[in-house]
Amino acid sequence: MKAVCWMGTEKMSVETVPDPRILNPRDAIVRITSTCICGSDLHLYDGYIPTMEQGDILGHEFMGEVMEVGSGVDQGKLKVGDRVVVPFTIACGNCFFCQNQLWSCCDNTNPNAWIAEKMMGYSPSGLFGYTHMMGGYAGGQAQYARVPCADVGPLKIPGGLPDEKVVFLSDIFPTGYMAAENCNIQQGDTVAIWGCGPVAQFAIRSAFMLGAERVIAIDRVPERLQMARDGGAETINFEEVDSVIDELKDMTGNRGPDSCMDAVGMEASGHSLFFATDRAKQALRIKMDRAEVLRQCIRACRKGGTVSIPGVYAGFVDNIPVGAGMNKALTFKTGQTHMMRYMRPLLERVERGEIDPSFVISHRAPIDRAPEMYRIFRDKEDRCTKVVLDPWADGARAA
Amino acid sequence: MASESEMRRNARDSGSQAQVLQRWGMMLGGGALTVYALTRRKPGIALAAAGGLLAYRGVKMGAGKFRARASFAINCPPETAYRMWRMLENLPIFMRHLESVRERGNGISEWTAIGPMNTRIRWNAEITEERENEFLAWRSTQDSDFQTWGSVEFRRAPGNRGTIVTAEMEYAPPGGALGRAAAAIFGKDPEFTMREDLRRFKALIEMHEIPTTEGQPHGPRSAIISTIHQIYAEHRKTSEYGAGERMSAAQRRAS
Repeated sequence: MKAVCWMGTEKMSVETVPDPRILNPRDAIVRITSTCICGSDLHLYDGYIPTMEQGDILGHEFMGEVMEVGSGVDQGKLKVGDRVVVPFTIACGNCFFCQNQLWSCCDNTNPNAWIAEKMMGYSPSGLFGYTHMMGGYAGGQAQYARVPCADVGPLKIPGGLPDEKVVFLSDIFPTGYMAAENCNIQQGDTVAIWGCGPVAQFAIRSAFMLGAERVIAIDRVPERLQMARDGGAETINFEEVDSVIDELKDMTGNRGPDSCMDAVGMEASGHSLFFATDRAKQALRIKMDRAEVLRQCIRACRKGGTVSIPGVYAGFVDNIPVGAGMNKALTFKTGQTHMMRYMRPLLERVERGEIDPSFVISHRAPIDRAPEMYRIFRDKEDRCTKVVLDPWADGARAA
Repeated sequence: MASESEMRRNARDSGSQAQVLQRWGMMLGGGALTVYALTRRKPGIALAAAGGLLAYRGVKMGAGKFRARASFAINCPPETAYRMWRMLENLPIFMRHLESVRERGNGISEWTAIGPMNTRIRWNAEITEERENEFLAWRSTQDSDFQTWGSVEFRRAPGNRGTIVTAEMEYAPPGGALGRAAAAIFGKDPEFTMREDLRRFKALIEMHEIPTTEGQPHGPRSAIISTIHQIYAEHRKTSEYGAGERMSAAQRRAS
């Protein structure tokens, strides 16, 4: 099959690799019909998250048709022919964390848990196509994928809904929704969101669903700011103001937003724990600029407010104003998305026509053009906001 | 019969040579990987981190003491975990260095461990203490060449949040070829091995299978990564799939 492989920093390559097969009884094989490039894939593209290996298959936002299921999959839950969206986190369904709905903290699905434990103390769940530290699972920017614990994650999609309306249930829609939920929104709240990428776009719309009266979105890319305004947000172009914090103070009568969301994250989070290198230092220095978002969130947030962090961090950041957080009595909420909490209710919202998630799509391309799409997306060229890849376009072999 | 402290001394003296060599191998391997990574322009950070981890593991192994302890909270009642462990023939499913355990009756069992290049060590073990659903201890019989002790405790976690399983094992191999074989099998990093064994035990009970990526597709690997995989990767047993099937089937019958 064709698959997008990480061959090194800024080196993506579409390779022909063997088809995946069932490796465990609860596995399924999915023939992928749509797959996306996520903003978090760009951290891998830029080479800032450790434990990638040359040849790793990328991708964690995909959907398709079940081709095969292992003997351990309950046919009542999933069977051959089902059309499914696959969540990016892999969860066993039976551990303490899964049973407490903390699906992205599943205790069992990361075969390389010991690496994550060295870095974080305990290992979160395995993820598709997102470093060996997070499980080393082959990802879904491919024609087929092996889906472990297939009786827990994949969400069946009824016919009639096109891929592009539901494929974002695999990550960014639930991620934006959980980020908004993590804002502890009370009726009438004001929420400030740093970043206007795809996750932020869903967070803006989710914040309104959850009762926010006002959403203020901060970015500098004109088309993304426009998309935020289309979603009902007011916007700040941070390149056009002296101080985002002063601007927010001004807009909120010196009270500050009730909650602040860092939907940017920090690329340089993954420098080596063990060896300081010039390269790591350089990477770190670059990223210190980006950690500015989290710092701003903390300083801008009103007293007793909430800071929600959906942006990806994998390691360490410096100079976080913990004193401001403590003295202002802030609450911090974060986490990889507990996908299985949100997928079905959000699907229902799509079915009811409350939201059409396809609004974020700017580019549709055959999988062969993935390397170019990564670059365009990273550089925000060509008004790129979201790329959906077709694994079978260009006369690729039939199923 | 040698006292326990004597055996521990033996364990330090004999068998440690191979371990020392291996430890240095790991440190050099890890160090070389790190250096290699630092000389490369692009994917350097990932490799440096991997190299750092290998070097770290090498150092952590410490002097030749074959002793390990690990503890995991498992989301099941103590009875479930106890039953699974008490059927000693189940142990090789999650203890990768064990090839088989056969119960011979009267509390005696025959254990076979397998190491690099199919080196095998066999010994007999007897149950020395047993408290149903709480505790189990065993040791090798006096006629065995290879001395080992083990125990496992099953304790109800606070708030009824499952069972805390704590396992301890100790090995005191003799000198000579057998000692070297034992070092190769158990000495790699006993604490790490024990933890991963117990983690697999937990996964079998909770997830009904052992998570893996072995055998999944990937694009072309670099020569150095392929070499590292060959040297350091712990390979999955072919029996793990079947074990998962049996666990899943048992689960379906139970529910």
